[in-house]
Amino acid sequence: MRGRGIESIEQDQNATVRDMEHTLTSGQRIADHPRPLKNYLNNDKGIWSWMSTVDHKRIGVMYLVGVMSAFLMGGTFALLVRLSLLNPKHMIFGKVIMDAETYNRMFTLHGVVMVFVFIIPSVPAALGNFIMPLMIGAKDVAFPRLNLASFYLWVTGTVMALTCMVTGAVDTGWTFYTPYSTTTTTNVSLMTMAAFVLGFSSIFTGINFVATVHKLRCPGMGFFDMPLFVWGIYATAIIQVLATPVLGITLVLLVLERTFQIGIFDSRIGGDPVLFQHFFWFYSHPAVYIMILPGMAIISELIPTFSRKTMFGYRAIAYSSIALALLGFLVWGHHMFVAGQSELATVIFSALTYLVAIPSGIKVFNWLATMYKGNITMETPMCYAVAFLLLFTIGGLTGIFLGSLSTDVHLTDTYFVVAHFHFVMMGGTVTAFIGGLFYWWPKITGRMYSEFWGRIGCALYFVGFNLTFLSQFFMGGQGMPRRYYNYLDMYAPIHRISTMGSWVLAAGLFTTLFTLLASLRKPMDAPDNPWGGTTLEWKAASPPITHNFETQPVLEREPYDYRPEPVAHS
Amino acid sequence: MEQQFDTVKIGMWLFLATEVLLFGGLFVGFGLMQQRYPREFVEAHEYLQRSLGALNTTVLLFSSWTMVMGVLAAKTNNKKRLVFFLILTIICAFIFLGVKYFEYSHKYEEGLLPGHFYSHKGDSIPGSHGYATFFSFYFMMTGLHGIHILVGIGLLAWIAIRANRGEFSEAYYTPVDLVGLYWHLVDLIWIYLFPLYYLIS
Repeated sequence: MRGRGIESIEQDQNATVRDMEHTLTSGQRIADHPRPLKNYLNNDKGIWSWMSTVDHKRIGVMYLVGVMSAFLMGGTFALLVRLSLLNPKHMIFGKVIMDAETYNRMFTLHGVVMVFVFIIPSVPAALGNFIMPLMIGAKDVAFPRLNLASFYLWVTGTVMALTCMVTGAVDTGWTFYTPYSTTTTTNVSLMTMAAFVLGFSSIFTGINFVATVHKLRCPGMGFFDMPLFVWGIYATAIIQVLATPVLGITLVLLVLERTFQIGIFDSRIGGDPVLFQHFFWFYSHPAVYIMILPGMAIISELIPTFSRKTMFGYRAIAYSSIALALLGFLVWGHHMFVAGQSELATVIFSALTYLVAIPSGIKVFNWLATMYKGNITMETPMCYAVAFLLLFTIGGLTGIFLGSLSTDVHLTDTYFVVAHFHFVMMGGTVTAFIGGLFYWWPKITGRMYSEFWGRIGCALYFVGFNLTFLSQFFMGGQGMPRRYYNYLDMYAPIHRISTMGSWVLAAGLFTTLFTLLASLRKPMDAPDNPWGGTTLEWKAASPPITHNFETQPVLEREPYDYRPEPVAHS
Repeated sequence: MEQQFDTVKIGMWLFLATEVLLFGGLFVGFGLMQQRYPREFVEAHEYLQRSLGALNTTVLLFSSWTMVMGVLAAKTNNKKRLVFFLILTIICAFIFLGVKYFEYSHKYEEGLLPGHFYSHKGDSIPGSHGYATFFSFYFMMTGLHGIHILVGIGLLAWIAIRANRGEFSEAYYTPVDLVGLYWHLVDLIWIYLFPLYYLIS
């Protein structure tokens, strides 16, 4: 049974004022109980209690530390790649920065680490693990031990990748295209098996989350009462379960081809190199939806909260998430327009690519409509959410340019593509991830960060990102190919802008990192609900107790209902 | 408890879906290669021993039946029957692997091996890669399937030991049910493999 929450019309008309009062004096309306002495962080002490934990919050924190370290590593590779491209001579202070073979390894490792070790786990495994069970009023995920196993698989895969990096690395590009990947002497087998292990980490997380969303929702929470973050994580989990095994078998086939020459991808012995591309992109296109759906899920939380307004088009966003997950399986060929597919296939894939853009567009318009006439405040999470709207729109739109066959013939394998996917993956997912991190930081750590430095970090990030990647659209349009070590002098000015932009971007990211780390030195005094959020995680303490809630929550309000809560009568 | 049972069943079905997609990639690859080398594939499959394949199919189908009987015994608090049927299932699995051993050693003797190890003489289209490709897929798919049978034997043995200790009853037979689901999937994959490899003409 759900209460309606509003007793009279007068209350409704005064709702905005009272809402502001109650949320500005943050936490008092909801957290009238004293802060619990024992929370999930200090409940059990010692390294072993962390290494053997089955608490989704501790696992989420371990994943968070892990993926942020991976981001640091992948980012370092990126800065080195950009450094090499600073000028056509690859020189700085009179010395050549790196040779061509090293360059090939650098951009490959940047891609492999960012895609497999960082971005695919990032939002689901770090934030999703922590927040999603709280949001549905559950004590934990459906399979807590499987959750821990997922984490250890992630660690194992990462260690394998690190080992590969110091034993010859790989120079094939993160896409491992045949025939180069079956003949190069670099350590392709180890790296692909690392990706295989990481893939199973992803699969188990996906299985866990689907089961959790189906079976562990609190009383009163039907599917259409769930927060949109949960819808996004759920749609992502479906893709993780269905798509990742195909990558698994593809990589196994690649290793078998390298080791035993079984003849599936090598045309000299009867195989088809383009078959690899089909298998690879059948997973890797849905994979990009694994990357963006959680990011969109975070934005769907930030925008209503910081606009103090209910989400416009809740069902549209929920259905769009599922539509993206399903349609995402049908468009893999748009990565292969010039690979030698038939004309009929390319036309069909192009048409489907236009179709798959529609749910994303629906979401962007719904978010804007939510903000319209809302009571907007620009705390750091909202700064990132607004940045997302701009950057993701550019990224998505340029994907459409690439989806049209005649333009793709000119733009494919140029920096236009590089700029496009960095806009959606970094401008989209990473921006949303950082926004979500700031949003839920008080819940996870019990501390508030410095708003001033948080916003500075966002500003540097936004400016640096655009300098680095917006410039690359122009370079790509002029014909600069991707993955090239050498380039013509005509591209030098834009390369220089892009490289310097990467330094500003790095400054922004380090500012953000230090802002968050500095907050940990403050006492644990964040309120339970600093933002006046309406979803269930804000009813738990900051940080939560190990079992999340003192008593089983029962949902009594619609999602994103910003009307004041009914006053309890004694 | 019922919520836990339902939840864990959802988890298991999702895992089975991932297995289907894992093998699915190989099925798709096989289909594509068959389009490429239709004559070689038809000829190569003559070298497979249809009778042994049929025997294996019967053995696995029977083992699926014994598995179901085991689950039923668990549900009806019948410990002795449960252990009996689990052991019978394991025996069937070993018979399957034994037959596979005979098949594989025959292939080895004839030089019908994957990829560049292929050394068979007497093909109609000598020098064509189609035969080697056929056997690459044959060994990959039956090999991967065989690995899953081995894992299944391990799971069945573990369940049998726990059953013997009296851990399962009408109130709690979840692991038996889940291992049963896994075993049925392994059987189902063979049901697709058998006609594809042994019966095409």
